[in-house]
Amino acid sequence: MSFTSLMAVELGQKIKKREVAVKEAVEAVFSQIDRVEEKVHSFVTLDLEGALKAADEVQKRIDMGELTGPLAGVPVALKDNLCTKNMRTTCSSKILYNFKPGYSAQAVENLKSAGAIIIGKTNMDEFAMGSTTETSAFGATKNPWNLEHVPGGSSGGSCAAVAAEECFYALGSDTGGSIRQPSAFCGVTGIKPTYGTVSRYGLIAYGSSLDQIGPIAKDVTDCATILEIIASYDKKDSTSMKRKNMDFTSALTEDVRGMRIGIPRDYFGEGLNEEVKKAVLEAVKKLEELGAVVEEFDLGLVEYAIPAYYVIAGAEASSNLARFDGVKYGYRTKDDEELHKMYKKTRSEGFGTEAKRRIMLGSFVLSSGYYDAYYLKALRTKALIKQEFDKAFEKYDVLISPAAPTTAPKLGDSLDDPLKMYLGDIYTISANLAGIPGMTLPCGIDQSGLPIGVQLLGDCFQEKKIIRTAYALEQTRDYRRCPLAEQQEVRR
Amino acid sequence: MAQRISDEMIEYVGILAKLELSQDEKEQAKEDMEKMLDYIDMLNELDTSDVEPMSHVFLVQNVFREDVVEAYDGHKEALANAPSAKDGGFKVPKTIG
Repeated sequence: MSFTSLMAVELGQKIKKREVAVKEAVEAVFSQIDRVEEKVHSFVTLDLEGALKAADEVQKRIDMGELTGPLAGVPVALKDNLCTKNMRTTCSSKILYNFKPGYSAQAVENLKSAGAIIIGKTNMDEFAMGSTTETSAFGATKNPWNLEHVPGGSSGGSCAAVAAEECFYALGSDTGGSIRQPSAFCGVTGIKPTYGTVSRYGLIAYGSSLDQIGPIAKDVTDCATILEIIASYDKKDSTSMKRKNMDFTSALTEDVRGMRIGIPRDYFGEGLNEEVKKAVLEAVKKLEELGAVVEEFDLGLVEYAIPAYYVIAGAEASSNLARFDGVKYGYRTKDDEELHKMYKKTRSEGFGTEAKRRIMLGSFVLSSGYYDAYYLKALRTKALIKQEFDKAFEKYDVLISPAAPTTAPKLGDSLDDPLKMYLGDIYTISANLAGIPGMTLPCGIDQSGLPIGVQLLGDCFQEKKIIRTAYALEQTRDYRRCPLAEQQEVRR
Repeated sequence: MAQRISDEMIEYVGILAKLELSQDEKEQAKEDMEKMLDYIDMLNELDTSDVEPMSHVFLVQNVFREDVVEAYDGHKEALANAPSAKDGGFKVPKTIG
C-alpha cells in the first residue's frame, strides 16, 4: 500500500488508530527514496537502520499511551545544518564532511520528544549560502517537478524531499528566504517564524541575527502543527523569546472576513514574471471573495533590503565561520606543518566559492575604516526597513506578495552571476531583517509546469494571522502532487 | 566603477578571513567584491544620520545567569570530532618556530 501522499497529520492519525504501523511508514518513505532519490538527490545522509530502531521504540511508546501527539511516529527529514547527535551534520560543506555532533539541536529534541522519526539529513546550499542548492559540496538537488530545474535554496533538499514524498515533512532554516523560496519552487508550504520563536541552539549559524528554523510540509495544517512542536523558549539560545500566542493550530479556520490584507505595490513591479503575477493576484482575488479587505499600498525601501542584507549576513557569516579552522572538528589540510598555514589551507580547501565570497565581503565590511560606512550603515538601513513594516502593520493584518520573481530557474543558470541570484531574494529578504514571520504556499502552476508560490507576511508574533489566511486560501485549491510522485505510483 | 579593492586590500582581507587565495581566485574576488560594493553603495542614497544602528529587532537585554560551577563530563564528546587529539586536548601543529 502506498500512503506517501498523505499529509503528516493524516498519517499521524492513522498511526494513532493502528491503521498504519510506524515501521510501515518508515518503509514507505524508504521505498519512495529508492525510487526517486537517484533523480532528485534531496539527501546528504540517510539512516534507515536508525529510523527502524526509532520506529520500534516510538511504536512501543504509542502502544503504551505515552506518545499521543499528532506527529508521533511520522518520518521527518532535517536540513543538514541542524545538529543531530551522532548523525553526520555537514552543512553540505567539505569542511564538515565527517562531523558527528555530540548533541542535537533543541528543535530536533522537541521533535524527538513528540515521537518524530528522523530518516536523514537534506542537502542545502553550503552553509545556507545560496538560492538554488547548487553550492552544496555534495552535488545539486533537482526540482522534482522538472529535473532540469533547481529546487531553490538554501533549504532545497528539504523542500524537494517533501514534494517528492521522500518524507512526510521536513525542517529547514531561513536567513533570507531559504524556507519560503524553495517551498514556492517545489510546490510545498513553509513558514519562517518570528525571530526568536524556535531555538537556534544546535543550528549551525550563518547570520545569527537573521536565522530561524521552520517547518516545510505539504499543507498549512501540517506546518502549523509542526511549528507548535518545535517552538519553545530555550535558555541555551540567548535570543530565544518567552512569547505568547503559540497555539498555532487554533488558527486553522477558514474565516478571513474582515482581515485587512495589504498588497505592497513595489512587490509587483519591474522584474516580476507575468505568470507569477497573475497567479498571485488570483490568490488575492480569492481572499477578497472570502471577505478579506484588500488594498494596495507603498511599502517603501524595498530595493535597499538586499544590499543591507548582504552586508549584515556577510559580516555575521565571517564571524560565525571563523570556528572552522581544522582544530575542533571537520576537515584538516594534509599540509599542516605550521599552525597559521594549517588554518589558512584548511579553510581555503574546505570552503566552496560562495562561502569564501561571503566570508571575504563580511571581513571587509567589518574591517577598520569600513565598519561605519558599510556595517553600521546597513544596520541603520535595517532600522528604517523595520519602521516601514511597523507602519504597514498599523494598517494591515497580513501582507501578500509573490515568493520569488520567477518560477524555478534552470540548473546552472544562477551560478555565473551571484548578484543576479541575490536579486531573486527581493520579496523574502526583508522579513529576516525585520524579524517578522512569513509563509509561502502554492497558488498555481506556470505554462512549463513549475509551481508558483504566494507569500504571506505578518507582524512580529502574528503567525496565527498568516496561518489563518493561508488556510483559507488553501481550501480554494487542491494540493497538487509533483508529476514524479504521481508517475511512480502509476508504474507500480 | 570605483576601484577600492586594490591588490593590497585583497591580501589584507585574505589575512582577516584566514583564506589563502590563488592568483586567479584573487582576481575573481576583486571583481566580485567591487561589483557587490558598487551595489551596496545604493545604501548611501538613504539619509540615516538620525537613525541608530539596529542589531536586534526586539528590545531584548543581554541574558545573564549566575556563574555557578557545574560538573561537565563531555570531554570525550568534545574531542570526538577533532582531526587530531592527544592527552585529552586538541593537537595542533607547532606554533613557535
